[in-house]
Amino acid sequence: MMAPRRLLLAAPALLLLPRGSRASPEAMAEAVRGFTGGAEIRPGRVTLEISPLVENGNTVPLSVSVESPMTEAEHVRAIAVFNERNPQPHVITVHLNPRAGRAMLATHIRLATSQTLLAVAQFSDGSFWSDRAQVVVTLAACVEG
Amino acid sequence: MARVLLNIPRTARKGEVIAIRTLIQHVMETGYRPGADGEVLPRDIIRRFTASFEGEEVFAADLSPAIAANPFLSFTMVASTTGTLVLRWQGDKGFDQTETREIMVTG
Amino acid sequence: MTRLACILLLLPLCLSAAAEERRSGFQDMAPETQAMQQDDTANPGMLWVLEGETLWNAPAGPAGQPCAGCHGSAESAMRGVAARYPAWDEADAAPIDLAGRIQQCRAARQGAPPLPRESEELLALTAYVARQSRGLPITPPEDPRLDPARAEGRALYTERRGQLDLSCAQCHDENAGRRLAGSAIPQAHPTGYPLYRLEWQSLGSLQRRLRGCMTGVRAEPYAYGALEYVAIELYLAQRAAGMTLEAPAVRP
Ligand code: HEC
Ligand code: HEC
Repeated sequence: MMAPRRLLLAAPALLLLPRGSRASPEAMAEAVRGFTGGAEIRPGRVTLEISPLVENGNTVPLSVSVESPMTEAEHVRAIAVFNERNPQPHVITVHLNPRAGRAMLATHIRLATSQTLLAVAQFSDGSFWSDRAQVVVTLAACVEG
Repeated sequence: MARVLLNIPRTARKGEVIAIRTLIQHVMETGYRPGADGEVLPRDIIRRFTASFEGEEVFAADLSPAIAANPFLSFTMVASTTGTLVLRWQGDKGFDQTETREIMVTG
Repeated sequence: MTRLACILLLLPLCLSAAAEERRSGFQDMAPETQAMQQDDTANPGMLWVLEGETLWNAPAGPAGQPCAGCHGSAESAMRGVAARYPAWDEADAAPIDLAGRIQQCRAARQGAPPLPRESEELLALTAYVARQSRGLPITPPEDPRLDPARAEGRALYTERRGQLDLSCAQCHDENAGRRLAGSAIPQAHPTGYPLYRLEWQSLGSLQRRLRGCMTGVRAEPYAYGALEYVAIELYLAQRAAGMTLEAPAVRP
C-alpha cells in the first residue's frame, strides 16, 4: 500500500508563484478603474465562460461574448479581463469595431490559484457591462520534482 | 520566425461573420518565475496583436503575462470584400511577426 | 463440467471487460482539456506537427535529401508506423522507439547532424510521424526478439524505486483513478505521445513523462534514450495494445 500523505511531500511548483507582489482585490479594482475611468459598471450583457474547476492553471481556455448588434451606432469598443490573484490583475484587453461583426474573444490564460475573474465590456455609448466567474484551480499533482 | 497555426476560411459569402483562430509559438515568460539558477527570468511576452483587413483594423489585443504560453486567440470579422488579412504579433525583445492571408468573398 | 464450460465461456468475456476498463489519460481530463486536444486549431501540439511537416520536406545532409525524398508522402508512408513502435532494430540488434528510429534515419540515411532527444526538431518530426497514426489502434509487433526487453520493462514497472519507495504499478495499477494532490492518477497508457503537457507548456516525449514520474518519487532518472526507457515503453505499449492513438494529445 502506498501512503498518499507522503506523496504530498512532492510540493507543487506553482509557475506563477510571485516573488513579493501579488494582485489583490484592491489591485484588481484599481486596474479596472484604469479601464473604465471610474465609470459605473453594470452586471449583464457580458458572458464570461471558463471552467469552474481547472486542473492545471498553466493553460485555461477562456471566452467572452457580449450582446451587441455591432453596428456603427451601437457596438462594443473594448473587452478587458481582470483577475484577483495572479501577480498582475490585468489579463487581456481587446479592441473592437463593427468590422469584427461579433463582440467575442477566446484565448488560453494562466491562473496562479483559485480566484475570481472579471470581464468588462465598454460599449460605444460609453456604458460598461460585466460578468464574473469563480474558478477553483486544483493543483497539478506535480509528482515531478 | 515563430511557428504560427492559422485557421481562417479561404472563401466566404459577402456579409458573413467568419471566425479567425490563431496559435503562435512563444514562451510567454512571465517575469515572475525563477530560472534554474534561482534568478528571476526577465519578462518575455507578446504584448500586442493586431488584425487588419485591407488596411483597416478589425481586432487588436493587449496581452499581459497571464496569457498562456503559445498564445491562442480567436475572434471574428465580417467578410466585406475580397482582400488581405494581415496579422501581427509584437512583443518584448523586439519580437515582431506578420502573417498574411487572402480571403475571397463571393456574392 | 458445466462450471468448467462456464469459466471457459466467461474467460473471453472477462478479458474484454478488462480491456474496456482500460482508460486513456484523455478520459480522466476535464472536458475543457479534452476539447483543446480534439480541436486542431486550439491544440498547441499542432504547432510541432506543422513544424514536423516542414522538416519532413526540407533537404538535409550532404545529398540534400529530405525525408520525403525517400519516403514520399508521410500521410501514406508513415500511417500506422507510430502504432507499432518500439520495434526491433536490425542494425543495432536492439529495440528502438520511434524517436530513436527517426534519429537513426536522420544520422545514418540523411547523413545530417544528429538531432538530440527532446530537441524541438526531433519532437516536431516525431509528432508529425505520430500524427499519421491518430485514431489507429496500438499494435505492438509480435517479434519474439522484443520479448526479453518487454519482460525487463515489466520488471522495471513493478520495481520499487526512489526515496518514496514506490513502483509505477503501485500508482498506475493499484491506485489509478484515485486522486493525488488534486489530479487523477491515470493508468499510464502511452496513447498520446509526443504530447503537449500544460504543466510543461510545451510538447514532450514519453521518455520525458517517465523521467518526471521517476524524479517525482525521488529516484534517479535514466539518461534520455536509455534502453531501460525503451524497455518500459515496450511494456506500456503491450499493456495498451488495441487502445487508440491520440498524438499529439494534451495532458494537464
Ligand atoms: C536515404 C533515404 C532515407 C531518408 C532520407 C530517410 N529515410 Fe527513413 N527510412 C529509410 C529506409 C530505407 C527505412 C527502412 C524501411 C523499412 O525498414 O521498411 C526507413 C525507415 C524509417 C522509419 C521506420 C518506418 C517503419 O515502418 O518502421 C521512420 C519512422 C523513418 N524512416 C522516418 C524518417 C524521417 C523522419 C526522415 C527524415 C528526418 C527519414 N526517415 C529520412 C530511408 C530513408
Ligand atoms: C506517486 C505516484 C506515481 C508513480 C510512482 C509513478 N507515476 Fe506516472 N503518473 C503519476 C501521475 C499523478 C500522473 C499524471 C500526471 C500528473 O498529474 O503528474 C502520471 C502520469 C504518467 C504517464 C502519462 C499518462 C498519459 O496519459 O499520458 C505515464 C506514461 C506514467 N505516468 C508512467 C509511469 C511509469 C512508467 C512509472 C514508473 C517508472 C510511473 N509513472 C510512476 C503518478 C505516478
